[in-house]
Parts: sequence; structure tokens; C-alpha cells
Amino acid sequence: MKKIPQYVALLAYMVFLAFPLVWLLSTALKTPQEMASLDPTWIPRSPTLANFSDAFSEQDLVGAGLRSLVVALASSALTVAVALPASYALARYQGALKRVALGWVLVSQVFPFILIIIPLFMVLRQLDLVNTLPGLVVVHVTFTLPFALWMLQGYVRSVPRELEEAASVDGATRLRAIVSVVAPLLAPGVVATLLFSFISSWNEFLFALVVLKDPDVMTLPLTLVRFTGPEGVSRLGPLAAASLMATIPSLIFFAIIQRRLRSGLMAGAVKG
Amino acid sequence: MTATATKPAPPARHARGRQRPRQTREMWVLMLPALVPVVLFSVGPLLYGIGLAFTDAEAGRNHETSFVGLENFADLLGDGDFWSSMRIGLIWSVTVTVLQFLASLGLALLLNQKLFLRGLARVLAVVPWAMPPVVIGLMWRLVYHPDAGIVNSTLGTDINWLADFSWALPAIIVMGIWSGMPQTTVVLLAGLQNVPRELYEAGAMDGAGTWRKFWSITLPQLRPIIVTITSLDFVWNVNQFSLVYVLTQGGPGGQTRLPMLFAYEEAFRYGFFGYAAALGVSIVIVVLGLLGVYLWRQLREAS
Repeated sequence: MKKIPQYVALLAYMVFLAFPLVWLLSTALKTPQEMASLDPTWIPRSPTLANFSDAFSEQDLVGAGLRSLVVALASSALTVAVALPASYALARYQGALKRVALGWVLVSQVFPFILIIIPLFMVLRQLDLVNTLPGLVVVHVTFTLPFALWMLQGYVRSVPRELEEAASVDGATRLRAIVSVVAPLLAPGVVATLLFSFISSWNEFLFALVVLKDPDVMTLPLTLVRFTGPEGVSRLGPLAAASLMATIPSLIFFAIIQRRLRSGLMAGAVKG
Repeated sequence: MTATATKPAPPARHARGRQRPRQTREMWVLMLPALVPVVLFSVGPLLYGIGLAFTDAEAGRNHETSFVGLENFADLLGDGDFWSSMRIGLIWSVTVTVLQFLASLGLALLLNQKLFLRGLARVLAVVPWAMPPVVIGLMWRLVYHPDAGIVNSTLGTDINWLADFSWALPAIIVMGIWSGMPQTTVVLLAGLQNVPRELYEAGAMDGAGTWRKFWSITLPQLRPIIVTITSLDFVWNVNQFSLVYVLTQGGPGGQTRLPMLFAYEEAFRYGFFGYAAALGVSIVIVVLGLLGVYLWRQLREAS
């Protein structure tokens, strides 16, 4: 019974955290008639899935989803391909370059996007890559690279150096040791970094807003924002339905890494 | 260790002497593929962006860009919109960072105890993190909607929250706290779990109560983590764009126009690249200044 105040507090937190989510779900299940009524309720009176199909017919969600998928796959693969060798070097070698590189990762977090996106935009315009998906991929790679480097070098450091030394005692070259000993142990870290980069790109809005102007090339977040116009409440249902569907990839990602989150990833990143 | 232990001394020194340059060369081979894109697309643009702050660059393709020195900064100082945007930005980032920290600390303390429903609460506490910022913004638009929203019907009010001059900023601050709580809670919880149990046992032996243990053991032990996460939160909040853009686009009448929204408008609506870059540089200066004072005070108190 001593714990009653704590349960009250926990319950209050859960209500605060859950209520917008419940409301989003509730809105997604309501009919247009019910949306128009002046007294909204938590539980839809006649729940419907029509909003989900309407969402597809009102906006090109499939196309936008596919474009988001292509951009996210391309930029996560590129990010990891570029970051992997560098992260190995960062984790295994000492020197001034390492300090500069790690310092850069930290500093890059402080600078506002505007100082990066204006010059990038000017460069992309020179290369005629504005309004194209490759242009957005380039921007996303540069944007995720510092953190991907940081993550991967943490994973490399967790592979004991002794294992590589043992391999070289057995006559393996350094490259052989990396391929046969380090790579298999690094696989979970690479997967985690891939997922992180994928989700960063999938969720990213601002750079897409700057780079993509034409509705035919817009990614999912842009298409979702275009959903709402001057009209009243009638399209809120499909909007809520589309928002829920756009969240699914991120939810899967977090379900996968949920255990690592608590103790591993962030604690390590902060203590680094 | 292996080289010196298995080989006689003189060849070992010889081998090590040769190995160092080879290691350095290997490192360069590995670093270059990553360094070139990082320099080309991250370091380069940033330096270029800072440079633009001292020019009159504009979006128009035919515009001749020229060096103007500190003119952009002088213009900023005389721009009423800039000052109101900075004021709103500071209110937003300080309020959100402080309230987010307090709320997250409370939640982390609860989640660190053996309570029924803890598992569910932990999942709930991470969900906002898993959502795309655009979806968070749209979701809160539904929550605040004057007719179809839940806030008005629950409170019995009739306020158009996001279009009201005095309510718009508090409304987005609540959303900011909600969306940023997961990271802060997870980091604080990890910190709590690393506090040595012996400290609490020793405290209990000395007869310390719950509050006393919190003030004398938990807080001092968490201090480095608290300083780190509040600094990060502050930087993230100053640089916030997507959430607020989706929710209010800076309205009504600029009441929620955070510095980043102001910079975005100047650059990509009006095309004043140089002016927006100067704005970005000013924000960096303000943030680094405030963080510097904060970290310096924390360091001094800690020692």
C-alpha cells in the first residue's frame, strides 16, 4: 500500500504518453459523419476501416512509400559502405586524425541544418540534382554519416583486439583477419547501423522539403503534410490512417532494437 | 605485447619501426573513402555555409554574389522579426529542455522500481521516439483541432489552440516535451541502473530517508549524465524544425516562429541565402555561448 502514490504517478505518465496515440487511432477509425459531429468521443461510434482505403485513393501513398523506400535503402547502404572502413580505422588506430574525426562527429551535432542545407542545395542545383531522388540520397548520407561512424566505431571497439592478434599468429593477413574474424562479430552492429540510417532517412522531412518540390517525386513525409489543405474535418480520418501506416516501419525497427535501447546503445553513446 | 614477447629485442624494435608507417598508410587507405564524402558533403558545405554568412548570396541563378563583410549581421540586429524569433526560440528551448528533464527524471525513477505495469510503461515511454516527426506533428494537430480535437472536448473549452496568440506557444511546448521525453528517460534510466547499490545500502545504514538518498546519492551520481543529456536536448530543441513546421508553420503571426523556421523562410521562401546563413551563424554563437556558461558552471560546482 506504500506504493499507491507511485502508481498514481505512473498512471499519470502513461495517460500523458498514450492519449495522443489513442486519439490518432480513434480518429483513423471514425466515419466522416462522426468527424463532423461537434462532440468528439474517444471510442468511435461505428468504427470503420474506410479511411485506410480512402487514404490510398486521395494521395499517391503507394508511390510516395516506394520512393521513401528507395531513398532509405540507397542512403542506408551508402552510409554504411562509407562508414564501415573508416569506423574500423577510428576504433583501431590512435592519432590526431582520429581525434579530429570524432571531434567532428560531436561538433556536427551543434550546427543548425540551415548552414549545411543552403550550400548543399546550391551544389545540388549546379549538378541538376534538385528535385531528384539521388539528390536527396546524397543529402541523407551526409546527414546520417557522422552518427553512423560513431555507432560503428563503438561496435568495432567491442570486438576484442586479441582475436585479431590470434588470427595473425595463425598466419592470417590483416585483411584476412578482418574478413574472417571481425566481420562476423560486427554483423549485429552493421545491421543496427543500417536500420538506424534507414529510419533516419525514412522519417526525414526537412531536407526532403528543401530538395523535392515536385509532387511526383515527393517522399512519404512530404505527401503526408500535403494531405491537409484549407478544407474542414472531412479528410482528417484518411490523414490519421495514412499517418499510422507511415509509422509502421519505425515501430518495427524499435521493436527489434528495444532491448538494446535501455542499457546498450544510448548509454554507450553518452558515456563514449 | 606479442611482438616483443616472442621475438628477440633488436629485430622487434626494427619491426615496430617499420610497422608504424605501414599502420599509418593502412589507416589512410581505410579513412579516405569515408573522409572524402564527409569532407565533400559535410565539412565542406558547413564551411561554405559559414562563408555565405558574409556574402549577399541569393537564390536567383543570375544573382552576382559578393562579399559584404558583417552587413548581414548588422541587418539582423536591426530586424525586429529576428529578435522576436530568438526570444521565442529561447523560451521554447529552455522551457522544453527543463520540463522534459524534470518529467523524464520522474518517469525514470518510477521505471527503475519494481512496479506492476512497468513493462507496458517502458514500451509507451519509447513509442514517441519511434514515430516520424511529421506524424507526431500531424497527430498533435488532431489533438488540438478546435472541432474534432480531444483537448477542447475534454476541458470543455472552445479555443483554437494553434491559432491563438497566447496559447500557440504553450501548445507546441507540450508537444515538444512529449516528443523528446523518450531519449531523456532512456538515458536517465540507464544512468540510474549504473548507480552502485552499495551507496544506497550505506545510506540506509546511516539512516537516510528516501529524499535524503535522492539528494545525496542519486543526483550527484547522475550528474555527468544529466549535464550531457540536458545539453544535447537543448541543442536539439534550438535546432527543432519539423515538428513545429508541421504543427503551426510558425503561426499565428509568428508566435511560434522558432529561429530555424525563420531561417528556412528567409532562405527558401524569400531566397536570401546569405542572410539565412548569417542567422545560422548567430544561432551557433548563442548556443555555444549558453552551453559554455552552463558547462563551465557545472564543472566548477562539480570540483
